[in-house]
Amino acid sequence: MSREHYQAVIGLEVHVQLATRTKIFSSSAAAFGGEPNQYTDPTCLGLPGALPVLNREAVDAAVRLGLACGSRIRSRCRFARKHYFYPDLPKGFQISQYDEPLCEGGRVSFRLHGKPHQVRLTRIHMEDDAGKNVHDPSGVSFVDFNRAGVPLCEIVSEPDLRSAEEAAEYVRAIRTLVRYLGISDGNMEEGSLRCDANVSLRRSEASELGTKTELKNINSFKHVRDAIEHEITRQALLLDRGEVITQETRLWDPDRGVSAAMRSKEQAHDYRYFPEPDLPPVAVDEAWQEQARNALPELPEARYARYTDMGLPAQDTAVLVAERAIGDYFDQARAVAPEAKKKIANWLINEVLARVEDTRQLMDPAIPVPPAALAELVVLVEQGTLSGKMGKEVFARMWQERRSAADIVATEAVAVLSDRPALEQACARALAASPDEVARYRAGNLKLLGFFVGKVMKETGGKADPRVVNEILGKLLG
Amino acid sequence: MPAPDLRGAALTELAAGTAAGKWSARDLVETYLERIAQLDKKLGCFLLVDGEGARKTADAIDKRLAAGENVGPLAGVPVGLKDIFVTRGLETTAGSKILKGFIPPYESTASARLAAAGAIRLGKLNMDEFAMGSSNENSAYYPVHNPWNLDRVPGGSSGGSAAAVAASLCAGALGTDTGGSIRQPASFCGIVGIKPTYGRVSRYGVIAFASSLDHPGPFGRTVEDAAALLEVIAGHDPMDSTSIPRPVGRYRAACTAGITGMRIGVPKEYFQAGMDSEVENAVNLALAELGRAGASIVPVSLPHTQYAIATYYLICTAEASSNLARYDGIRFGHRTASAASLEELYAKTRGEGFGAEPKRRIMLGTYVLRAGYYEAYYGKALRARRLIADDFTAAFAQCDVLVTPTSPIPAFKLGERAQDPLQMYLADIYTVAPPLAGVPALSQCCGFTAAGLPIGLQSIGPPLGEEAVFRVAGAYQGRTDWHTRLPRDPS
Repeated sequence: MSREHYQAVIGLEVHVQLATRTKIFSSSAAAFGGEPNQYTDPTCLGLPGALPVLNREAVDAAVRLGLACGSRIRSRCRFARKHYFYPDLPKGFQISQYDEPLCEGGRVSFRLHGKPHQVRLTRIHMEDDAGKNVHDPSGVSFVDFNRAGVPLCEIVSEPDLRSAEEAAEYVRAIRTLVRYLGISDGNMEEGSLRCDANVSLRRSEASELGTKTELKNINSFKHVRDAIEHEITRQALLLDRGEVITQETRLWDPDRGVSAAMRSKEQAHDYRYFPEPDLPPVAVDEAWQEQARNALPELPEARYARYTDMGLPAQDTAVLVAERAIGDYFDQARAVAPEAKKKIANWLINEVLARVEDTRQLMDPAIPVPPAALAELVVLVEQGTLSGKMGKEVFARMWQERRSAADIVATEAVAVLSDRPALEQACARALAASPDEVARYRAGNLKLLGFFVGKVMKETGGKADPRVVNEILGKLLG
Repeated sequence: MPAPDLRGAALTELAAGTAAGKWSARDLVETYLERIAQLDKKLGCFLLVDGEGARKTADAIDKRLAAGENVGPLAGVPVGLKDIFVTRGLETTAGSKILKGFIPPYESTASARLAAAGAIRLGKLNMDEFAMGSSNENSAYYPVHNPWNLDRVPGGSSGGSAAAVAASLCAGALGTDTGGSIRQPASFCGIVGIKPTYGRVSRYGVIAFASSLDHPGPFGRTVEDAAALLEVIAGHDPMDSTSIPRPVGRYRAACTAGITGMRIGVPKEYFQAGMDSEVENAVNLALAELGRAGASIVPVSLPHTQYAIATYYLICTAEASSNLARYDGIRFGHRTASAASLEELYAKTRGEGFGAEPKRRIMLGTYVLRAGYYEAYYGKALRARRLIADDFTAAFAQCDVLVTPTSPIPAFKLGERAQDPLQMYLADIYTVAPPLAGVPALSQCCGFTAAGLPIGLQSIGPPLGEEAVFRVAGAYQGRTDWHTRLPRDPS
């Protein structure tokens, strides 16, 4: 296929909707789910005479994002007006940043098939979101301005990505990061994370960039991969035929799996940028940056490295690092029983995570099995006081009844049956009931030991201490 | 209780009288409403008279005063608001058809402060559409006639405000000044108007023309009146990010503080050829009077004055093209009756709703901001603006207040300049530089032409130097009686 001759060059513009309490330039709630136009005010509606007032919480979130990406934070930045006409843009311009963005440079790291990747950032800037057009089947269009004025951070990458897969992982990495920082939900389906892609191709050995197209309407990670894949294929076919790529904006249609060029009117848009006269320059001094830096949590990259150094398998590390609360829970549990860290990781992944809908519940004090309690249970299983199977039953009860493992074990005698004479009898009974298997074992089929152990466990309702059973059977079988 | 003869009544007098119980707020309101009903047909000052609202407010104030409450420094004083200040529940049009029927859901900070001080809003005053104009002939509704001569313009863009105060249709008024729109009409109508320091009065709720140049400010019959109004409306507003967080000065007290030892700068660039000789004479006599009052006169230079008009029109049109983008018929105001597409909706709505001057400025401003031309036009204008501001800074190292004519000419005839926009722009020559520099500037009457038209004297102070300006203006007023002259009521 012709694609092998080309190198895909991809840059992404990712918009992160900040989960601040109020909008970026006015005091209406930056909330969702209300009645249309419930969360509005003169400023976000662009009414005559209204003026913007900058929300400090939004700037702080953007500063933390920039620091987490290793960007340079400008000590002085400016807002700029970006003009175009559309019904969901109340002022006829967006307040964004142009010449003097808040953050410059930086990078986002991610892993793909075990390999680390780093994508350089051009910049990160702040801007206000537009409202939402709603097209009714009757032919009437409505506009809801609840979203107008919600703060956005736009993360612009250098064209360092080379495949659709990389692009999807890059976006996923941003999602993880903003959730770690607690500045956004990073939810593509809900629109708190949006992405436009710039795609071009060049011959593999070429150094210059080809003509790029912009892809819009990418609403999920799957879309990121599909839309970019489709575009790469489309461009490759055109180039093979000796045709020229038109610089244009294309809308992804997920239902049909194709993109279509937007009407050409949109093409050469002159946004007529100029500095926003209603807002003075924003000063983010060293003290502010220092405070924000100190308040950063351990970031996904660093956490990944730390867990890897600890000897945790890559598969588990990936899960523990996926959401901040998971790693936080793990670290707290591990602090109680450091030697059992691998087991703790397993229990967390297999038992705890399966029972929470939202990972944020993990660090909520209301969680039925807090980290220390899980650690205690894991230790009991490691010590042999509980078998694995019994441990799971105890866990289920801990979760349901909010009791500690020690408490359940003490009051309900669910401990392992270590009574030697009882076990000797149970073993003897198991062997007596299966003479053929005993013979085969003695003939050399050593694998049958498990069969006998299974029978003893069944008879004791899973309570027998497996190590003692193994030992006794070994002796009895000679 | 009978109201006083309101012709020529000073706002401060009226406030004192109401507080002293000499008359009721209701009496004042009725008397003004009566005058408006009789005379405004000939003048055209008001776009909207809110008699019902004014009476209700007056009654409420009278009740509180009777109960011994302190209602505020302007209790009972009837005022008018340029129709550029949004008023909650009361139609606000900015003098344009595109906002016909627009009822704001919120109130401007400046008008809210007036109301909180006890002032009573009589209605909304006529203006050039979106504050674009120097004669009030660009009002989409009807022009305003100068009370001193009905064939003449009152000046603009706050023509209705200036004429209403001059004709005693209200005791004081608010306007806005972007390139001279308070001072020039004050000059043409023989009253006092002040453009304060940029950011001294909040722009929240002032329909924007040019964001970095718009200055809300008061009109009064006397210097004390303007000072009293300014004290009430000035001060930091958290709703306006360009609002200055410094304490409000004592402007009324400054009016009588005298000017002994003050240095009055006279910039040579403001006294050049083309100036009307009667204007020149009146201003020179005024300077002599100021000298006799104890100030010294210092010649200074503002060398970049010649670039002020070009700089002003590059910046204000660029910002206007941006600020007027929101008038699209989607959420409020005029929307065209039928359109086959979104583009057509926009084009027809704005084509029908905007008058010729806003269209002209939107086109110029859009051109100025084109990609690739920012540096050549807007960027260049910003740099020139810095030089113009630096001229003032340098001048204020040598003097305390600058004094100049407000306008090179007295009020011209209706229709005389309307056909030539450029001629209209050039009349702004003495007023455009202070807004570019953000410095305070006041105009007061300093004489009349032989034809009986007022001549204006402009006093310009350094940033936040309103007190120095009021000292000079107050000293001049104290030694003259121009401010006591009144136009005849139109018959």
